[in-house]
Amino acid sequence: MALNVQPAVQARAQDGKPIINDFTIVAATKNGTGSQTSNNVLVMSLFRMGIPVNGKNLFPSNIKGLPTWYSIRASKDGYVARPAHNDIAVVMNPETADEDIQKLPSGGVCIIPQGSTAARRDDVIFYDIPVDALVKESGVNADLRERVANMVYVGAVAYLFEIPLDVIWQVLLDNFSGKEKPAKINYDMVTRAYEWTKANITKQDPFKYEPIPGGNAGKIVITGNEAGGLGALFGGVQVVAWYPITPSTSLIDAMFENQGIRKDPETGKNTIAIMQAEDEIAAIGAIIGAGWAGARSMTSTSGPGISLMGEFAGLAYFAEIPCVVWDVTRIGPSTGLPTRTGQGDLIQLYTLSHGDTHHIVLIPSSVKEAFEFGWRAQDIAELYQTIVFVMSDLDLGMNNWMSDPFDYPDQPLNRGKTLDLESLTAFLAEKGEWYRYKDYDGDGIPYRTIPGIDHPKAAYFTRGTGHTERATYSERSEDWVANLSRIKRKINNARTELPQPVVMGDGQARVGILSYGTNDPAIIEARDYLAAQGIPTDYMRIRALPLSPDVQQFIDSHERVYLLENNFDAQMAHIIRGETDKDTRHMKALALGDSMPMTAKWIVDQITESEGK
Amino acid sequence: MPPVAKTNALGLSREEYKGVKSTLCPGCGHDSISNQIISAMYDLGINQHNLIKLSGIGCSSKTPAYFLGRAHSFNSVHGRMPSVATGATLANRNLFAIGVSGDGDTGSIGMGQFKHLVRRNVPMVYIIENNGVYGLTKGQFSATSDAGQVLKYYGKNELPAIDLCLEAIVGGATFVARSFSGDAKQAQTLIKAAMSHRGTAVVDIISPCVTFNNNPGSNKSYDYGKENEIPIHEITYYERGAVPDREEITIEGDYDVITVELHDGSHVRMKKAGRDHDPRSRAQAITLLEKAQIEQEFITGLIYYEEPRPTLADTLNITDVPLVHLPDDKLRPSKDALLTLMESYK
Repeated sequence: MALNVQPAVQARAQDGKPIINDFTIVAATKNGTGSQTSNNVLVMSLFRMGIPVNGKNLFPSNIKGLPTWYSIRASKDGYVARPAHNDIAVVMNPETADEDIQKLPSGGVCIIPQGSTAARRDDVIFYDIPVDALVKESGVNADLRERVANMVYVGAVAYLFEIPLDVIWQVLLDNFSGKEKPAKINYDMVTRAYEWTKANITKQDPFKYEPIPGGNAGKIVITGNEAGGLGALFGGVQVVAWYPITPSTSLIDAMFENQGIRKDPETGKNTIAIMQAEDEIAAIGAIIGAGWAGARSMTSTSGPGISLMGEFAGLAYFAEIPCVVWDVTRIGPSTGLPTRTGQGDLIQLYTLSHGDTHHIVLIPSSVKEAFEFGWRAQDIAELYQTIVFVMSDLDLGMNNWMSDPFDYPDQPLNRGKTLDLESLTAFLAEKGEWYRYKDYDGDGIPYRTIPGIDHPKAAYFTRGTGHTERATYSERSEDWVANLSRIKRKINNARTELPQPVVMGDGQARVGILSYGTNDPAIIEARDYLAAQGIPTDYMRIRALPLSPDVQQFIDSHERVYLLENNFDAQMAHIIRGETDKDTRHMKALALGDSMPMTAKWIVDQITESEGK
Repeated sequence: MPPVAKTNALGLSREEYKGVKSTLCPGCGHDSISNQIISAMYDLGINQHNLIKLSGIGCSSKTPAYFLGRAHSFNSVHGRMPSVATGATLANRNLFAIGVSGDGDTGSIGMGQFKHLVRRNVPMVYIIENNGVYGLTKGQFSATSDAGQVLKYYGKNELPAIDLCLEAIVGGATFVARSFSGDAKQAQTLIKAAMSHRGTAVVDIISPCVTFNNNPGSNKSYDYGKENEIPIHEITYYERGAVPDREEITIEGDYDVITVELHDGSHVRMKKAGRDHDPRSRAQAITLLEKAQIEQEFITGLIYYEEPRPTLADTLNITDVPLVHLPDDKLRPSKDALLTLMESYK
């Protein structure tokens, strides 16, 4: 029997009791009609009422006209994963109205413009709102009508489910940076719809929001891309080169918007160069050049851009040049679905390029971690003198997430083994020599100089071709093997130093869940349902490649392990099995890869079926 | 007393500007260019630690190993040296950058990056060692091979040649020159002038490939160059402080000598020779190159010069202090900055 993860509306509303702070609204609109403002207003209003909330934007690869859906989940239990279904649909787009109504559960609610010809259902509550008439009555300019029309549903929702108008007003003001005029135009529409609904609609559904005093206190709402971009700014990144690609663009936008915190107060000039490149190849070329010259550097892209960066990634690995590449993944192959999510870039990132490369990959699962990895990746790149990837995804990157405020970096900038004039002179005095690729410390990490050091022995020749530890050209097999072995040692040493897996559970469960990245919220929710159903689980979330030894230990110490991934081919399973000679037959890969964020229901269904419950 | 080795202003001998021994074919035009770079840098008294050498892939791109052994160098990937140079010079705007590329590296795989480099005005000397053929892969036509040319394995080239000087001008370059590796004096002079320019200075040097493209039918051979080179001016470089004779006649279209003051205070003096050409005119420069291509004329010299536009570092408004020299406290915003930001997301 499959667990009923989200029981039908009737089941939840027994005895006519209301369903409070535990339902999902989806707004079905057309892209480019300003509905994003309406949706943000709803999300932020709920947030400020203290209710745990998460907004997810399911949008088309289009600027204007195609269908878009925005779901707003309120969860008294604090669950923020994508729900398996929506309880309430605001059906503003006639093109998708039939489908949107069809998808509602029995007992669900549909808010729909008066005059809609969409097919009705007997088991759904319909509230017909005169959208056109309300907009017309408002007297708003013709060019603004389409945009404010979406404020009508904000007003209707506010009345029906009890969002205080003063909260909405404050959110609108903040949304327009304190400018009263645009806020007022929108608010006027909200109140008109609110009043009309109050006067004309009889509420028949059980849903309502209730403020939670002190709820969400101190919390912030932010996207993963903003978090990552801010993290990089606090990581001291000096050179950024990038090429626009959905869904990574807003990461760089956030850096531009906040560039002010990186202005030199004395001169007013930027301490960071942000350059839009002509393509992704030039973007990574520029950050490798910058890293080589001693700057902290980064780019941000998505899968297709990563594909283009392959050759340069191998150079950075082999010539040992620090730089950071953010991959805000979408789903492939090819152009794929540019506005949908997935974890299909994992193997590509781990082994990118045409040779024996194994790259460091950091995998954040939350906005807080996106910020942390934003600055930490810069330290790791310089520490290991290599390219570091950060694999985020569209779900984390482009959606709004509640979070505790971010922690300030707990350690100073770590520049690794970078020699300046003073330290080079001391090094030469102590060792009598300095060779760029020689392993002086036994950890595989050599010492590097950067251009500009006024010392006759400071320079070396950087190349992607075979080289000796003295950085001279070599085609000798021995040199090749020695060099690659040292680099491999360096990267392998990172296994215990990179962000280690996070474990939830007491370690006593027979069933282990293994996963990574943004499957996290769905797994957290699913574990509660599973436990209630008699399947307690331990959960390990991997945060970096190469894998920590703890991962194998977790697999070994559980009778059955479910490896949850949001890609088609179970890529992490390939990596795990490729790096162990132990028996992992008790680990079952559950790979989704359907272009959408994972739901708790999918996880619960998969695991209960497999567990025979 | 043994003879004292001649030294430059820094007290260094020319020997100290050399690199490792070349592994190119004996007689390669590229080695001659390396020698001119060595001489130019020695004469200018360039501090090698303030200079970086960059290259892509190909015969030409191997050469940075053969000159200026005390400078950091980066042999990157095919056609993508411009982006590496862009990042490196943003990281440290005080560095002199010399890029060495070839006709394949620039004109085919790297055309996009080349054009965006000049468009952004990345401050560097960009030398193209142009032999009209792929050497390391044994003799394929390149994008600068002339139409109708015949090569042993590949037959007749049916496609028109791309003129990289023309591409540079159209792309927004402010210093564009062509030379011939068999004309050592001119090549060296143009390299010196290029080093004094602020912005991307493109020097396209026709450099014979002795193995694959030095045959009688080639117009990038030594013999062809020696017989057909038309230097448009007699060009002289004057270091800062060495003010040249003021002979300039400013009347448009009627002059004998043009003197241009370069960014670092040095001067280039051009005395009319093979062509009536004012390099300060973009229209004249484009016409000169198009005509030369149609009439198969091998013109050399400073083809185009304009007052430099802001460099990329200026466009991006980064600090005058090189980014890599900024202390950590200027790179990581304060705790208060984070707190303020966090408030704005509540």
